[in-house]
Amino acid sequence: MPRITFVTADGQEITADATPGLSLMETARAAAIPGILAECGGACSCSTCHVYVDPSWYDRLPAMKEMEADLLDFAWEPHPDRSRLSCQIDVSEDMDGLRVTLPAQQG
Amino acid sequence: MDPIAIVGAGQAGLALAAKLRSLGCETPIRLIGAETAPPYQRPPLSKKYMLGDMSRERLYLRPESFYPEAGIALATGAPVAAVEAAAKVLVLADGTRLACSAIALCTGAEPIRLPEAAGGGLNGVYTMRTLADAEAMAPEFRPGQRVLIVGGGYIGLEAAAVAAARGLQVTLVEMAPRLLARVACAETAEWFRALHARHGVDIRTATGLSELVGTGGRVRAARLSDGSELPVDFVIAGIGVRPSTALAEAAGLAVSNGIAVDALGQTSAPGIHAAGDCTSFPHRSGRIRLESVPHAIAQAETVAAAMLGQGAPYVARPWFWSDQYDVKLQIAGLNAGHDRVIRRPGEAPGSVSHWYFAGPALLAVDAMNNPRAYMTAKRLIETGRSPDPAALADVSVPLKALPLTQTEPA
Ligand SMILES: Cc1cc2nc3c(=O)[nH]c(=O)nc-3n(C[C@H](O)[C@H](O)[C@H](O)COP(=O)(O)OP(=O)(O)OC[C@H]3O[C@@H](n4cnc5c(N)ncnc54)[C@H](O)[C@@H]3O)c2cc1C
Ligand code: FES
Repeated sequence: MPRITFVTADGQEITADATPGLSLMETARAAAIPGILAECGGACSCSTCHVYVDPSWYDRLPAMKEMEADLLDFAWEPHPDRSRLSCQIDVSEDMDGLRVTLPAQQG
Repeated sequence: MDPIAIVGAGQAGLALAAKLRSLGCETPIRLIGAETAPPYQRPPLSKKYMLGDMSRERLYLRPESFYPEAGIALATGAPVAAVEAAAKVLVLADGTRLACSAIALCTGAEPIRLPEAAGGGLNGVYTMRTLADAEAMAPEFRPGQRVLIVGGGYIGLEAAAVAAARGLQVTLVEMAPRLLARVACAETAEWFRALHARHGVDIRTATGLSELVGTGGRVRAARLSDGSELPVDFVIAGIGVRPSTALAEAAGLAVSNGIAVDALGQTSAPGIHAAGDCTSFPHRSGRIRLESVPHAIAQAETVAAAMLGQGAPYVARPWFWSDQYDVKLQIAGLNAGHDRVIRRPGEAPGSVSHWYFAGPALLAVDAMNNPRAYMTAKRLIETGRSPDPAALADVSVPLKALPLTQTEPA
């Protein structure tokens, strides 16, 4: 089971077991990670599941679609080479050790 | 200590319970719901889930292990029969009485059904509100089946899109002269009419359902207001919802287009709060009711804080979305009271946004496959700023460079 570390905006680290096939957003929600609102429940409509991906992981994740890129462009403080919407990343076995940081604010 | 009881284990009920815990509340929490499923998301019922693209477990807002871990006692299949407001007692369906330290009503809304007299009670006639509704109608979604959808609002249109995508023959009737008459401008309505027509949906506006005709208790045809008769295999009614206020009314709480609450979610009875689709609440100079997930969550979280004495007044930031075929619609704001609509084509083909103004003030935006327009508008509306309408209509002016004026206090 891949283990994923969420770092909250104030630096607290929470490591959660992830179920492959579920999204990173669903993983966070199941582990009650604060700071991910996911208002649209993963429909790629709200941008309130924004995370900053650890630089060493960014290029190893599945590529972004245009809708995600457009939403991120207007999210709260997006980072050009680290931002992703966590609902658009389905967790796979090879994501063991993935680290993401939460923004101080969503939406 | 007597528990905090939350009546209704839906989107708002769960958000309220989870927020109480995350704010450090240590009182026992009872989350009591009439449905048999644990709290789940409704939006996919008329979208991905109906397409067969999503498992049942993924509808659940939390895994079932969450509740015991968070110390939330979840009771499903447990309708609450009565609330004794003064004593803060709930009466469950089996007669059990539960004394509570506080009560929150998150009872949601219920679909309006077609009248029995018009054949609404026949087999093969469905509403689309609950997982049980979706599961009951799932076997009907077979290629070639003829479905009649009654109502041209968002639920009806989403149902039409799913049915058409799955190869059914879809007819949609709408009594009003156009689609989305209550919720969107004529431009948006026309855009969606054309979209559905391209996917082979037979849309009949200014056409009502007179009656459904059955054989052996099962629907087989629909008589329409233009006198025609249409053979059908099943029917989906998407004719709106009513706030679920029966419990509150019987308990003597003030009800006005929903359980009337103040900006902290307090009802007219001390110690009883309410949140979500079932409430009407102060907004600007009036009182409104919203039916949306983001509102249910945000209002429930405000109410959770208020129940712990930490409340700040709820300010709604209305937004909504809908998925139909390969189109994503995002709506920011509320368009009531607009006097004109500005159309702005998007960068990609097939993407466009409609901006609603009242005088110089931007009220709302419908963005079709245009998340950039949606995000821009949402920010502007939330901060009380409005773009110059002439610049907006000119696509050579980038969204991020629109001249702005402050039209509402920020
Ligand atoms: C098919 C469909 C598609 C939708 N799509 C969207 C969308 O795309 N975007 C969006 O923002 N919103 C959408 N909505 C609306 C959204 O789902 C609702 O606004 C939201 O669920 C409201 O949450 P709630 O908790 O107030 O009510 P609900 O989720 O309805 O929960 C209320 C619960 O209370 C229970 N209850 C009622 N009375 C009692 C009682 N006496 N005792 C115990 N339990 C009781 C009910 O059984 C229900 O489970 C959609 C709704 C439907 C039906
Ligand atoms: S949950 Fe809404 S975009 Fe990810």
